[in-house]
Amino acid sequence: MKNLQFKNIIRQYGILFGLTGLIIVFSLLSKQFFTISNMLIVMRQTSIVAFLGVGMTFVILGAGIDLSVGSVLAFSGAVAAGVIQKEGVFLGILAGLALGVILGAFSGLVIAKLKIPAFIVTLAMMAMARGGTLVYTEGRPITGLPSSFAFLGRGYIGNIPFPIILTLIIFILAYIILKLTRFGRYVYATGGNINAARASGIKVDNIIISNFTISGFLSGLTGIVLASRLNSAQPTAGMGYELDAIAAVVLGGTNLFGGEGELWGTLVGAFIMGILNNGLNMLNVSSFYQQVVKGIVILIAVTVAQSGKK
Amino acid sequence: MEPLLEVKNITKKFGGLTAVDNVSMQIFPGEVIGILGDNGAGKSTLIKVISGVYHAEAGQIFYEGRRIKISNPTEALKIGIETIYQDLALAENMNVYSNIFLGREKLKKFLGLVDVLDHDYMHSESKKVLNRLDINIPSLKNKISTLSGGERQAVAISRSIYWNAKLLIMDEPTAALGVAEQKKVLNLVKTLSSQGVSIFIISHQIHDVFSVATRLLIMRRGKKVAERITKKTSADEVVGLIVGSILGEYN
Repeated sequence: MKNLQFKNIIRQYGILFGLTGLIIVFSLLSKQFFTISNMLIVMRQTSIVAFLGVGMTFVILGAGIDLSVGSVLAFSGAVAAGVIQKEGVFLGILAGLALGVILGAFSGLVIAKLKIPAFIVTLAMMAMARGGTLVYTEGRPITGLPSSFAFLGRGYIGNIPFPIILTLIIFILAYIILKLTRFGRYVYATGGNINAARASGIKVDNIIISNFTISGFLSGLTGIVLASRLNSAQPTAGMGYELDAIAAVVLGGTNLFGGEGELWGTLVGAFIMGILNNGLNMLNVSSFYQQVVKGIVILIAVTVAQSGKK
Repeated sequence: MEPLLEVKNITKKFGGLTAVDNVSMQIFPGEVIGILGDNGAGKSTLIKVISGVYHAEAGQIFYEGRRIKISNPTEALKIGIETIYQDLALAENMNVYSNIFLGREKLKKFLGLVDVLDHDYMHSESKKVLNRLDINIPSLKNKISTLSGGERQAVAISRSIYWNAKLLIMDEPTAALGVAEQKKVLNLVKTLSSQGVSIFIISHQIHDVFSVATRLLIMRRGKKVAERITKKTSADEVVGLIVGSILGEYN
């Protein structure tokens, strides 16, 4: 029994030990690592994966998966940048967010109503949205964005970069939705036992569609923030980000098959990915090896999480 | 006395297969009826028509004397028809009280703005209903996945009782249970019946059904082949009706 409790603690909070361990190791190896300014840089980088990770947490808790977030991000960022040039910042941001919502809702609709696996539908959406981005941008970056658009990605409130504050706001809102509201319960119920949820009168189709819409919205938001930070919309933006987002969710202890997991875990997972990137950069580890290290860390984390289960 | 529920000439087809073929029956308040039949006899399909999961192609349903149409499970729940499914319909990743309130969560205002879940209320109400049915579960904050089969069954039943079920449909309630736990569930059925709850029990375990049901309904290949008062029949006769070696009055 004690052993079981110990295993549960490892499973739930092991990620925090992992994070602390990584910070200690990097601090010992590099003097500049554990400084306020560097930590703020890490968090700002982390915010991109965190936005996507929050949306991905909804989707995965509901027993889905969203492979399209990187492409939707690029498409939304491009359309936002395009509209900003013609119609101004406000309408541009609105257009980018709306596109994310529409693409996410479309995926969710197909998954819920046509009963096609999320993996396939979002794989198709990944291709379509990337293609759409290339068509829209004609394969070239969209540059020349007004300085008023820079705040989202590069602005500060006090000493704190705005993307970090945005991460906090999104996290708190998502936490309230997931933990305190009826909708949040239904996300867990749908992911845990979809038949039980349906038999209890829960409209599971709506829950699935909402999850993918949330993921789409946050992908759109990420695309806009990224375009603001880079002062341009790149047609290749967000490539491979879906894997970072999934990795953050899984690192955070969420069950890949739905129903179990915590939002804060995703945030910590995203932060670990950020720390790894930043720390390895500071140690001048080649980016080729960084990929290898990331893979190993994910494998170790998931193995530890698994060992906590029966 | 008026029947609580009466179905007349229900027919349900899946493509070319007639799963339920022109079945009529009625159940009175507090009555326990056993529905018996081999695999594929149409028992589960019949009760799913009553619980709103399936729509019958033909036939009528009367509830407390009124003709009704049950288009989905929510409507069935609203009028007091609750089903305890074979797979129990519990979310195993969630705790006991969340399951008792699943789909009908109690909300309160948070900061006067947002509707949020009222965990305290749901916890204490769940405790009350479990006590009333004499069910012992260590902590209502335990996830269902940590409970035994009998405890899960008890949670599922308490849930329906809490929501004022007048008609309980139990699909293989004892199938996955140990002997001691089977007894507990059957005792619970008797308690519920004495409190005026009507119960349909679907089961392969003829012995269980005999011990609690007052009336038996035997189905074969989608048809209701016979109806028997439990006291006036025998297990042998019922088995004969199920496998078709004895012909019932409706064959």
